[in-house]
Amino acid sequence: MRYSAFRIAIEALKGHKGWKPVWRKPEPKPDYDIIIIGGGGHGLATAHYLASKFNQKRIAVLEKGWIGGGNVGRNTTIIRSNYLLHGNEGFYEFSLKLWEGLEQDVNYNAMVSQRGVLNLYHSDPQRDAYARRGNAMILNGADAKLLDSAAVRKMYPFLNFDDARFPIQGGLLQPRGGTVRHDAVAWGYAHAADKNGVDIIENCEVTGFKIEQGRCIGVETTRGYIGATKVGVAVAGNSSRVMAMAGMQLPLESHVLQAFVSEGLKPLIDGVITYGAGHFYVSQSDKGGLVFGGDIDGYNSYAQRGNLPVIEDVCEGGMSLMPNIGKARILRMWGGIVDMSMDGSPIIDKTHIEGLYFNGGWCYGGFKATPASGYAFAHLITTDMPHKTAQAYRMDRFARGLMIDEKGQGAQPNLH
Amino acid sequence: MIINHPLLGPRDSSEFSYLGDAALLNRPSAKSETATDDFYRYQYLRDNPPGEHRELWYHEHGDRSWLVITRNMTTHAITKVELARDVKRAMIEASKS
Amino acid sequence: MSLIDINNPLNFTFDGKAHSGFEGDTLASALLRSGVRIVGRSFKYHRPRGIMGAGAEEPNALVEIHEGNVCEPNRRATTIKLFEGLTAKSQNHMGSVNFDFLAINDILHPFLAAGFYYKTFMWPKAFWEKLYEPIIRCAAGLGKLALTPDPDSYDKGFLHCEFLIIGAGPSGLLTALNLGRAGKQVILVDEDFHMGGRILSENYEINSDGGIKWVTEALNELENLPTVRLLLRTTIYGVFDHGIYGGLETRTDKIGAPGPRQILWKINAKHAVLAAGATERPIAFANNDRPGVMLASAVRSYKNRFGIDLKNTALLTNNDNGMLTEANHIIDIRNGHHITDVNGRKGVTSVTLNTGEKLKADYVAISGGWNPNVHLTCHKRARPIWNDTLSCFVPDGNTLSSDMSVIGAAKGTFSTHGAFRDANKVSEKLGCKTIPLPKTEDRPIDVKAFWHVKGTKRAWVDFQNDVTAKDIILAHQEGFSSVEHVKRYTTLGMATDQGKTSNVVGLAVLAEATNQTIPQTGTTIFRPPYTPVPIGAFAGSHRGQHFKQIRLTPSHKYASENNATFVETGYWKRAQWFSRAGEQGWRDSVDREVIMTRKSVGICDVTTLGKIDVQGRDAGKFLNKVYVNTFSTLKVGKCRYGLMLREDGIAMDDGTTARLSDTHFVMTTTTAKAGPVFKHLEFARQCLYPNMDVHLISTTDQWAQFSIAGPNARKLLQKIVDPDFDISNEAFPYMACGELTVCGGTRARLFRLSFSGELAYEISVPARYGDALIREMMSQGEEFDAIMYGTEALGVMRIEKGHAAGNELNGTTTATALGLGGFVSKKKDCIGKVLSRREGLISDDSMTMVGFLPVKQGDKLTNGAHFISKGETAKALNDQGYMSSVAWSPTLETYIGLGFLKNGKNRKDEVLSAVDFVRHNHVDVKVVSPHFVDPKGERLRV
Repeated sequence: MRYSAFRIAIEALKGHKGWKPVWRKPEPKPDYDIIIIGGGGHGLATAHYLASKFNQKRIAVLEKGWIGGGNVGRNTTIIRSNYLLHGNEGFYEFSLKLWEGLEQDVNYNAMVSQRGVLNLYHSDPQRDAYARRGNAMILNGADAKLLDSAAVRKMYPFLNFDDARFPIQGGLLQPRGGTVRHDAVAWGYAHAADKNGVDIIENCEVTGFKIEQGRCIGVETTRGYIGATKVGVAVAGNSSRVMAMAGMQLPLESHVLQAFVSEGLKPLIDGVITYGAGHFYVSQSDKGGLVFGGDIDGYNSYAQRGNLPVIEDVCEGGMSLMPNIGKARILRMWGGIVDMSMDGSPIIDKTHIEGLYFNGGWCYGGFKATPASGYAFAHLITTDMPHKTAQAYRMDRFARGLMIDEKGQGAQPNLH
Repeated sequence: MIINHPLLGPRDSSEFSYLGDAALLNRPSAKSETATDDFYRYQYLRDNPPGEHRELWYHEHGDRSWLVITRNMTTHAITKVELARDVKRAMIEASKS
Repeated sequence: MSLIDINNPLNFTFDGKAHSGFEGDTLASALLRSGVRIVGRSFKYHRPRGIMGAGAEEPNALVEIHEGNVCEPNRRATTIKLFEGLTAKSQNHMGSVNFDFLAINDILHPFLAAGFYYKTFMWPKAFWEKLYEPIIRCAAGLGKLALTPDPDSYDKGFLHCEFLIIGAGPSGLLTALNLGRAGKQVILVDEDFHMGGRILSENYEINSDGGIKWVTEALNELENLPTVRLLLRTTIYGVFDHGIYGGLETRTDKIGAPGPRQILWKINAKHAVLAAGATERPIAFANNDRPGVMLASAVRSYKNRFGIDLKNTALLTNNDNGMLTEANHIIDIRNGHHITDVNGRKGVTSVTLNTGEKLKADYVAISGGWNPNVHLTCHKRARPIWNDTLSCFVPDGNTLSSDMSVIGAAKGTFSTHGAFRDANKVSEKLGCKTIPLPKTEDRPIDVKAFWHVKGTKRAWVDFQNDVTAKDIILAHQEGFSSVEHVKRYTTLGMATDQGKTSNVVGLAVLAEATNQTIPQTGTTIFRPPYTPVPIGAFAGSHRGQHFKQIRLTPSHKYASENNATFVETGYWKRAQWFSRAGEQGWRDSVDREVIMTRKSVGICDVTTLGKIDVQGRDAGKFLNKVYVNTFSTLKVGKCRYGLMLREDGIAMDDGTTARLSDTHFVMTTTTAKAGPVFKHLEFARQCLYPNMDVHLISTTDQWAQFSIAGPNARKLLQKIVDPDFDISNEAFPYMACGELTVCGGTRARLFRLSFSGELAYEISVPARYGDALIREMMSQGEEFDAIMYGTEALGVMRIEKGHAAGNELNGTTTATALGLGGFVSKKKDCIGKVLSRREGLISDDSMTMVGFLPVKQGDKLTNGAHFISKGETAKALNDQGYMSSVAWSPTLETYIGLGFLKNGKNRKDEVLSAVDFVRHNHVDVKVVSPHFVDPKGERLRV
């Protein structure tokens, strides 16, 4: 079913009786060529690109609950490619380019909106670090502008310029950064993959891998055994516990990251703003809610809920940066479980088990990576070779000393 | 969260900072032939279990004790709090015998 | 007996029109009494809306109160305590609330069904951002936020108790009485400005007298019990780990009232008793959102508590509780009757029944049953379970946290007698004697599940977000059958009322559509906050200048008196440079400070460097573990430069460590890493080497420390240091250290260290003497033209000297990259040594720190530029490294730079392009040694 304004008009006049499910609800088949574990953004994107760009057939996505119920449905919806290190920047820029054509590709309006991402700086060293980063972005084909405080003031006059503990000196702006309606990304990829014959199987939890002679030949699930030639795992947040079933220990920890949304307000903030002197970033959704967040809670957790110290820390940052938001009220707060890796960067790689592929370690930045992650994972699964933008995301980089450590914090996940 | 400090009693978790898996107490020997691999595993690989987890916390805004806390990663329930130096000393003793 | 004080009238305005109410009113009750029917517009269709509820559940009556910079949007009129002079206005309309141009959306509704926006606005591609989205954004949102700083103050507090009782209705009050009489530490909170809960809104008797009398007596007693604290207007918004409850107290909504407007309480409780009552739910039928359609319980509240008779009311109920409502027409669903439509666009005029009968009415009171307020039981992720008899979700005793009990209507006990009985039961369970049960009504609710009148017109489920039953059915038709999918697709329950009236009805409509029971269909989990909490309350006083603490150096006052400009260095404020008359800008000042220091003598406050005292018999051995180089062999009276690695082999920090005695070392760290290094050392001491005899303490704040640099440094110091101490070059050579006295007996430590490359010392005195010492040194230094220099000059001199600093020790560089590979001792293990040998960290291609000069004299270098080999295109593949520090060197009269270059040590004299796109500055640079000034280090040894 193809979506368009015309179609809406026809359906409106027919009382919306003709709309079909956005994706089917198929029963699992006994075996597939490729099984993707995890019906989140990355898993669904992988399935979509496998089917549409890599010409693969007989694909299933297995989801333990409902699709899009993990971090693709509980993030702060930001897309950007403003990374410092080439191992990351090329990949995220590829992702941003895929975002730019997403809706036409999947025929679903995910509201990709490039209203700009502004990272503020408050000191000379921070400015210089942003200059280095901005230049790295441009070297990778992305866009970046280094603004002084007057230029920032022109964009957002209500920020705290006059009574700040850490005065705003300027910012690094990526005009092509922005936001996307997060749930629609999952649904859009599901819709497109389904149209290409991918079986999206919800309420189907993987309970074990069948591994024979060093090769993964299928998975045990709550809906029975399903055979597969290749199995890709994209379950960030739960990577450790899923890969433990294959006997693997991973270089990552699960942490809880909280996010917040305020009641609906008339337009205040056009783009995305990140505070450089505290843990706070914010954008405003099309519905009017301020969508914001800050740091991870800082301790290992699988609980999908956080605690007060971080909530207060985030709001202190918010009030310091935007002293006019005191009376905006937090409507919902929630926690997502993120794979915090040992260098703050993700992994897309084969495992030592033949036919078993791994995608995870997205830290708090997995949403913006969704298209490129899916594309690169599909490339890896199809060709057994890493996609050119994801070559640094190897599992063995820690053993070899080739970390991609944007923040320079070393092997302590909660500092990334 | 509330952490029941063995010396100081219940304290708010905001006084502490978190490091990670208590396996970090078990620093390998640099003299071993497999030292490079041992250190890689020590520094980078984690069990990260969904249930009980022994982990290191530091009383940064308090008495600067390092603590080994046994906490459930799904419920956050804390079942045991020990001084890290006692745990490590016991490990050293155990390795001698 | 109402709670209104008619002798105390209060004036207020709504949409600019003057009204009056009484003390005891909410804004909603006062508006109803004044006959105001339309109080706002709905989110999507801009339908006219009236007051529906009487409490926190209100979906419609959202207003802005106050104006200008104190304006507060999205307040529920039902929870605003009326006060003299209140100004309120309706929101979300273009035009007036009575004539809203955006009501066009209501006519276009067939085209605006659930999720329509996901299916269109995709062509042409550019139009989404340029046209469609801006229009949607302008139309969306509810109230407006001021653009100026919020002038209100918010405070925070901690409270501790044995028992936190949440909700002061019949069950909460009785529990508080039981526990309070037993001398337990009790906190009783209620979100309302009057305690009593539903008793205030109903007219039944307790102990053969009015219910309010019982409440008054109970409150009188509670107020006098020494261990009981009552918190009015306080909402427990969240439950957190280990017995921590978040509470928000609203002290006042008046402008300019003394004290904080709101207080965020963190309440530590051993046990919580949830007595939060229940919320009545509506029924979905055509046009059930018309102004005048209200919850039956609200109609009774307005009558009994506020003394307002809503004349000509039709009651639609599916239970006996609803029957308590006085009405002109009773439509009892249990007898097969229901409403099929409501007539009157701007207010109810009549209702049409399924019998075809049309009844004239101005108000419709609906009772679709009650939902226990189980929200707080879910914050730790427990899920409620469905009770078919009561037709509602109740807390699940099996998953409920053991430190919480639920009683009364929150548990599904809907009679007042039952609530009292629950209170006594829980009090006994908590070890207290109970008082005899007060006599009161014990009527069963006798509810018949009924959710939705099917029909072709729209029937509202979520009033604020305009989600209708049809939307839910459409979502199911499109495959969104999981409750979470339905919520996300239709926005059901996502409005500012958080679905208090809509979630369960929505679930039931979905269950009907899927032919499943409600428990099969699922439940949704409630997350904090219970009601929305202002960002300002969470921030408290940590805003503006009080966002983070401020640390001042000992010479801060002196520096302020001498025209210093200060810079934020972590929480420290350090002097960046000192302006003198005639200097045109910062560069003039910095150049002078560098030149004067190199020519004569300059003084810099370096107190901010971390100082860690390391003592014990194993102190030297311990330092061998944490530094790459050896310290156990350091002689007493000497300093040594030390480099510290993280366990992953990356450079963590550097500094000098002095040995004051066999068992006593003093370590310095960089300013930024003082905390992390201390923590790292404590980790090594307690977690790795607990049997070493070593103790650590941070003394950063205890010692004021100054660097005295320049050819005349010794001469100046000799005037300060007491004559007993010989600090001649022979007696006190480069890298010497010692304890001595200054200025006639003041205890001090002297270190002969140089960061600037000049003859230099660092002197420290107990922090309280810092101000006196700087004044004395500056006065004694007059004959040498001694100057103070700031962090800029400090930076220039260290770059001239080629010392790595924070820009280079950036957490990704190794000892080798920093040119410090030679420091790593081959004889011993240290933290980080093994992993520093990994292939990726020692390959030929890895980065090395080198110096850079512009090829063209006078070209400006910029920090953050990337290096591209000459003739190559500027792209990531060809990136050779980056500039990490630059300075104008007044000594060499050129820009100089430090940076990291692939295979840098073998590329001396190579010319590269330094490209800086973001500053539009591309220059050719030559690779040179990083040691620009005095590379052999002769000056510092004289």
